[in-house]
Amino acid sequence: MSASPLRPRALTGAAMLALASPLARADYRLNFQDPVTPVAREIYDLHMLILWICVAIGVVVFGVMIYSMVKHRKSRGAVPASFHENTRLEVVWTIIPFVILISMAIPATKALLALEDTSDADLTVRITGLQWKWKYEYDADGTPVSYISSLKPEHLQARQKGSGVDVREIDHYLLDVDNPLVLPVGKKVRFLVTSDDVIHSWWVPAFGTKKDAIPGFVNEAQTFIEKPGIYRGQCAELCGKDHAFMPIVVKAVPEAEYRTWLAQQKVAAQAAAAEASAEKVWSEAELVARGREIYTGKGGCFGCHGASGEGVATFPALAGSAVANGDAAKHLDTVIHGRPGTAMAAYGSQLNDLELAAVITYERRSWGNTGSVVQPADVKAAR
Amino acid sequence: MSATTAHEGHHEEHPRGITRWLFTTNHKDIGSLYLWFSFIMFFVGGLFALVIRAELFQPGLQVVDPNFFNMMTTLHGLVMVFGAIMPAFVGLANWQIPMMIGAPDMALPRMNNWSFWILPFAGIMLLAPMFMGGNFEAGQGPAFGWTFYVPLSLQYDKLAFFVFAVHLLGISSIMGSINIIATILNMRAPGMTLMKMPLFVWTWLITAFLLIAVMPVLAGAVTMMLTDKYFGTSFFDAAGGGDPVLFQHVFWFFGHPEVYIMILPAFGVISQIIPTFARKKLFGYASMVYATASIAFLSFIVWAHHMFTVGMPVAGELFFMYATMLIAVPTGVKVFNWVSTMYKGSMTFETPMLFALAFVILFTIGGFSGLMLAIAPADFQYHDTYFVVAHFHYVLVTGALFAIMAGVYYWLPKWSGNMYSEKLGKLHFWLSVISVNVTFFPMHFTGLAGMPRRYSDYALQFTEFNQISSIGAFVFGFSQLIFLYLVVKTIRGGARATDKVWEGAEGLEWTLPSPAPYHSFATAPEVK
Repeated sequence: MSASPLRPRALTGAAMLALASPLARADYRLNFQDPVTPVAREIYDLHMLILWICVAIGVVVFGVMIYSMVKHRKSRGAVPASFHENTRLEVVWTIIPFVILISMAIPATKALLALEDTSDADLTVRITGLQWKWKYEYDADGTPVSYISSLKPEHLQARQKGSGVDVREIDHYLLDVDNPLVLPVGKKVRFLVTSDDVIHSWWVPAFGTKKDAIPGFVNEAQTFIEKPGIYRGQCAELCGKDHAFMPIVVKAVPEAEYRTWLAQQKVAAQAAAAEASAEKVWSEAELVARGREIYTGKGGCFGCHGASGEGVATFPALAGSAVANGDAAKHLDTVIHGRPGTAMAAYGSQLNDLELAAVITYERRSWGNTGSVVQPADVKAAR
Repeated sequence: MSATTAHEGHHEEHPRGITRWLFTTNHKDIGSLYLWFSFIMFFVGGLFALVIRAELFQPGLQVVDPNFFNMMTTLHGLVMVFGAIMPAFVGLANWQIPMMIGAPDMALPRMNNWSFWILPFAGIMLLAPMFMGGNFEAGQGPAFGWTFYVPLSLQYDKLAFFVFAVHLLGISSIMGSINIIATILNMRAPGMTLMKMPLFVWTWLITAFLLIAVMPVLAGAVTMMLTDKYFGTSFFDAAGGGDPVLFQHVFWFFGHPEVYIMILPAFGVISQIIPTFARKKLFGYASMVYATASIAFLSFIVWAHHMFTVGMPVAGELFFMYATMLIAVPTGVKVFNWVSTMYKGSMTFETPMLFALAFVILFTIGGFSGLMLAIAPADFQYHDTYFVVAHFHYVLVTGALFAIMAGVYYWLPKWSGNMYSEKLGKLHFWLSVISVNVTFFPMHFTGLAGMPRRYSDYALQFTEFNQISSIGAFVFGFSQLIFLYLVVKTIRGGARATDKVWEGAEGLEWTLPSPAPYHSFATAPEVK
């Protein structure tokens, strides 16, 4: 007898084991994550206060109701009373809730004012939401340092329907990125939050910081992280198909470590800018190699256009497409400026001239496409 | 109180066949059309919910793609709100209001017919794009949430279908509301002053004003979307001088009164049922009227509590927090009055009463999570998480939906002339109330733990609660088939119902025979 009839049974067995595996029993929580900022702590305490007040009111009201359901039933011989109003009682139970509300409103006002106070910050970071990743920008003594933070590619591959990967094997599934946001501990950080396409929302529960990222507007938020650590958050405003797949990771480190890291980023940024802007003519092989990395990595193109350019769901294929095989101008315009009114974002603000030239060349020279090679100088001219 | 009943008995001259249903101007027929339409939509919306819960049973994507998932959450919300809950309440209004005020029919019977028949076309407009474009799996339907925020919704290439569906729904509601107001203000039997009306009539009177006030605002919002996408305007585009947040203000100016539109008639139904089964008059009738009116007024000035994280000035956030918290006062008054009606009554626990009691307890729990959400700084942690999903499912499912079911159980003997099977009714109740809590209570924890809403996939620590919710959802969904079976069975036959049906029932509708005659109160009764 051949071995194949056994395999489906083995797979079912494995699936059942996976369901029962301890990895599935990851630390579930009943309440907020542990607060690591003053704001998060104030919110936690306020939340518990309101909760206990509500529980107390519930116990009283439901207590009377359940007592009544037990005692005042016809089957027990209860005879209905005839009262149907009592003005004094009604006034009392209108005023008491009003007073309770005021007692809640006072600490709530205090907490809100603290949360929204973005004054006297020690540093500012600009956060931009994109479909479907975050861009972080710092000012390193005059040199802009910016990078894209996307869901780790292994996670993106694992979560595809029918990937065959058991997501329970993945550490911090859906909560890990390639380039985390690095922040100093013990300093007030001001965030400038915006978006390049649709509304997103930047949220780190442990900080108690959430702010919508709105295209064309800049919102302010702030935090003051007390403890070093890795803090994870997620996008909190529906932004399209990969809304669940653009997490946030903040690496909070002591200030000295942060300064060292920023200095390294400054050097790297200057080097990358220099490399990309050199009037060098790159070979097709170099461009295609870099382009493949970007296509399957930080550019995220494969998510919509497919790992082999075949297109995914309603998003178009690049293999054999008119744009990738035809005049380079249309291709450059689409990638750099996006297609407004669709989910095709403007990558001109996310990738530099060299990266754009590389990924466009990769698309034009792969999967049987016979389009022309594109150089960084062409990208610069097309911006 | 004496009443003249119209004995049309043996020669009920009403039309038959399909043209009866197409052309009817009879409030009872139209009420039935609305109720059947809403029942069908309830199962459609429920099917979408089960796709959602099937996908969310485990982390990873097993059943659908993320875009299809977003389409399911969007359509589940739209179908339940506009296809199930609202038409069901209009169905109850059509059946009950004329009988409760001693009127022969609604004020504008032909417009009444139109108000209903727009709905199937609106439903088709909304759902048809799902089946267009050849690739069903990809999901061509709307996938931007029932709140359709811009700019995401402007990326949808079949937006025109959505916009026109919303326009049709709005026109239906506006016409229906005009009809209800005209009927209640003009056609009450002599002696029935406003403060003698049943509370169900009062809550619908107030709801109708809310509808007329806000449906045009929704129409404005979707029209601005239409022109932004197709005619070059930039209401919501910063590059053209507009603002995406403007959309949210306009939408929620409609959206907040909308949720009160979905709950005030429920309050009315409960206020009819509890006195009947407690055999005691409703406690504090006048306060109940004033509380309903206060809630309706307050509902206009709280909309931005859906937008605390949008970047509003602090003064605005404080105002909306305080105004929202205030709604707890009149709502609390209503709950206390229901409890006081039960207190020292003589209660029996038939199915309508079971649903009504479950409403009082579970809607109040939804109200508590609502109060927590009102606290603006805390809302920064709750907003767009499953905590919000838990809150609104408590107030809409164990709130509005349970009230509708209570009303159907309560009035079905009057409509059909037959008693439903109390055993089946109780089975439906207990299965529903247990499974609904299994489904939605864990969502409070999922949300507090940090799971955002509208997520097709989630991080591992949310697994357990999602599994529990999914199991509850499937039990709840299938339990509703018992209700369907029971309604059909009762209409077809059962123990004969008396005129009064329930020992403690009060009101003009209980002076009519069961089933109520096709034309009732052709002569107005006298109300003392």
